[in-house]
Amino acid sequence: MHTIYAAKKIITMNPTRPYATHVAVRDGRILGAGSLDELTGWGEYTLDQRFADKVIMPGLVEGHSHGMEGTLWSYTYVGYFDRMNPDGVIQSGVKSIAAVLARLRAVEATLSDPDAALPGWQLDPIYFNNERVTRAHLDQVSATRPIGLLHASGHIVNVNSKALELAGLLREGIDNPGVPLGEDGLPTGELKGPEVMGLVAQYVGFDQDFLAVDQAGLLNFGKLCVRSGVTTATDLASRLAPSLVTMMQTVIDAEDYPARIVSLLFHGGVSPDELIKRAHELRAQSSEKLRLGMIKVVADGSIQGFSARLRAPGYYNGAPNGLWYISPQHLEQILTQSLATGLHVHIHTNGDEATALLLDTMEQCLVRHPAPDHRFTIQHCQLADTAQYRRMARLGLCVNLFANHHFYWGDEHYRLTVGPERALRMNACATALQHRVPMAIHSDAPITPLGPLFTAWCAINRLTASGRVQGESERIGLDEALYAITLGAAYTLKLDGEIGSIETGKRADFAILEDDPETVGGANLKDVAIWGTVQGGRVFAASEL
Amino acid sequence: MGDGAGRASVCRQRTVKTIPITVIGGYLGAGKTTLVNHLLRHAQGKRLAIMVNEFGELPIDADLIEATQDNMIALAGGCVCCSFGSDLIAALRELAQMQPPPDNVILEASGVALPGAIAGTLSLLSGFVLDGVLVLADAETVRQTAQDKYMADTIKRQLAEADMVLLNKTDLVTPQELVALRAWLPQWAPAARVIATQRAVLDPAIVLQDFIQLEHVASGGPLQHVAGFETCQLAVTAVADAAEFARQLIQDNPGLVRAKGFVREAGGALKTVQIVGQRSEVSLAPAQARAGMVLISLAGDIMR
Repeated sequence: MHTIYAAKKIITMNPTRPYATHVAVRDGRILGAGSLDELTGWGEYTLDQRFADKVIMPGLVEGHSHGMEGTLWSYTYVGYFDRMNPDGVIQSGVKSIAAVLARLRAVEATLSDPDAALPGWQLDPIYFNNERVTRAHLDQVSATRPIGLLHASGHIVNVNSKALELAGLLREGIDNPGVPLGEDGLPTGELKGPEVMGLVAQYVGFDQDFLAVDQAGLLNFGKLCVRSGVTTATDLASRLAPSLVTMMQTVIDAEDYPARIVSLLFHGGVSPDELIKRAHELRAQSSEKLRLGMIKVVADGSIQGFSARLRAPGYYNGAPNGLWYISPQHLEQILTQSLATGLHVHIHTNGDEATALLLDTMEQCLVRHPAPDHRFTIQHCQLADTAQYRRMARLGLCVNLFANHHFYWGDEHYRLTVGPERALRMNACATALQHRVPMAIHSDAPITPLGPLFTAWCAINRLTASGRVQGESERIGLDEALYAITLGAAYTLKLDGEIGSIETGKRADFAILEDDPETVGGANLKDVAIWGTVQGGRVFAASEL
Repeated sequence: MGDGAGRASVCRQRTVKTIPITVIGGYLGAGKTTLVNHLLRHAQGKRLAIMVNEFGELPIDADLIEATQDNMIALAGGCVCCSFGSDLIAALRELAQMQPPPDNVILEASGVALPGAIAGTLSLLSGFVLDGVLVLADAETVRQTAQDKYMADTIKRQLAEADMVLLNKTDLVTPQELVALRAWLPQWAPAARVIATQRAVLDPAIVLQDFIQLEHVASGGPLQHVAGFETCQLAVTAVADAAEFARQLIQDNPGLVRAKGFVREAGGALKTVQIVGQRSEVSLAPAQARAGMVLISLAGDIMR
């Protein structure tokens, strides 16, 4: 006995049969897509009409997100843009400092413990005419409880006087570039950079390992997946301590968890030998819905944080070059041992110098350990130039580009970080495809919201927040964008034989849409309404989460 | 707005016991781990806490290890070694909770880390005080690494942030090369005192101010012997301003590597003065302290 779902339209992403009206599902897998007549040959069936007026696509694949997106929603949202929370409620963006304070005051009024911290997230003062948030602002909300607001970039936090006091930072004589001082000689409350932020994190409620998701957050993350049509998402990356793995297994392997999670092991904090050993142990613990054993290496920082490694001529505003987070020797060891023992590595590079180091290292490693289908993937790879894409193609590398970035920070890259010319080539989707580099595009949630259709819209239109098209020649077409958020992303995870298209034998993972992306078109793709998902044959309606 | 600012800004003087932290930087292979093991072998009863970014193949010599847990290794003589991963602050706060707390923390930075940035953060952390930034340079390879396509600026920034550069593995280069290296280093490490070593062997008093013995200063007892260095005592009676006194001492003594002691200011307060390279730190002296300074200088550079 199997189920046949009827739909208004099924976009299969399978070129031999690109469209269908029905899809048959048995035991979580697809029997086939086609007309009802064609599918009756599989035997006795139940015809399910609930999607008869919907459009079905392959379940969307988010190739670079963090489970932490789910965790952050337990803090107060103070972002500039409207954003949907795990319960499907659109949190309106706050458009001024006064509005930020008003929202915090409203939350503050609900807190019964007078000492409880008040953490917020996604603050983005670049949209407030660059007026800086200060501790004086936040002290208006509370002078007695610690308040901390994490910026959207993830690189800065604003705190109130109480938080500074608890951290021992409300004093004169501080001389640190990460701690700007006011006219009174005391810190303004803005703390820049992960080290300095770490001094206050525990006092303002950000007290857990920032790479790790907690149980409630993981459940929230699953809800966000359903609401955005995602059936497979990465958690990129995590330290994956045994206790965390146990929690993730319990949550994700449960029948009611709606997404397949691919969690990558972060390279930091362990030696290359330990890393390889641990990745093999984790791989053996993979289940159908929790995939483990891949490695994430972080080579440099971020462009908007000026910690990415850029080649000459460096940062447009003259900022010194960024930071390496791994030595060439350790990178070489990790890549070589992974190639030799069949592990799959994704490497974060933001600046083009970090990408250059990776390409050089990869070339050496592949000479020693040729691997015909390694699919090592460069994550972000925001600033790569055409010559680098040519090398990626020859080295068999994939790329996962941060398409959302030019919407959220494109204007800033143009005027401040890399300047007009290089801003145009950032996240060069068209160049990647032109040079046949297998490509995905991503949100890096929680840095930007989870939502592959929005990400596809970003890659198609390349609009910045101010409404400029930035990099016309790097725009891609609707078909290419839809491929990138399904099979493209699945390919970078070596899951393209299993998910990413609707065809016989694959997992029954579908995005159920109210609108047809092909009718709506690239210009409005972000507005396509999402009904929910089918994941492994189980139906998840966003309205019933 | 809150009135917290006025209240908290007063508490500047360090009255509670603070733990000195020495940051050890330098590129892979320069000898950071060798130095750490050397210090552990000459801990002289002090409880050292070694912080490493990660447990490499052999972070600590096996014979020093007493027990190993997830991210902490218990070592002979009450010393410990912890890996901090990416959350240094949390690891340090945990360390400060140890009973009894460690006497000194030695932080071995990763090969690509900028030790000055780490030191800058540590100096903001209550309960700790920065004891200096020591950067190791591999005499055999440092000039080559400083020209590396990818690592050049990182190596130079590491050197520039050093209070002391340990030019290590000098036994692996010819005397001529050593002379050339000594001429080359100051342009990249202008603020640092350069100390040549082999297998990172040197007196712990150079690395850790706690190992400078002050007991005999006031009583006129025997001078502490620091191998390879000249030690002298300075009987300072009174100074106008301790911070200015420290600055002057540094300026007048290009060979001064370390100094520690107590001076009485014109106002009457007894202050602790600590100097490493060109960095000085002044704080209130402990109650039982008596005026007097110990100076350790590179041999041949003793103050006049």
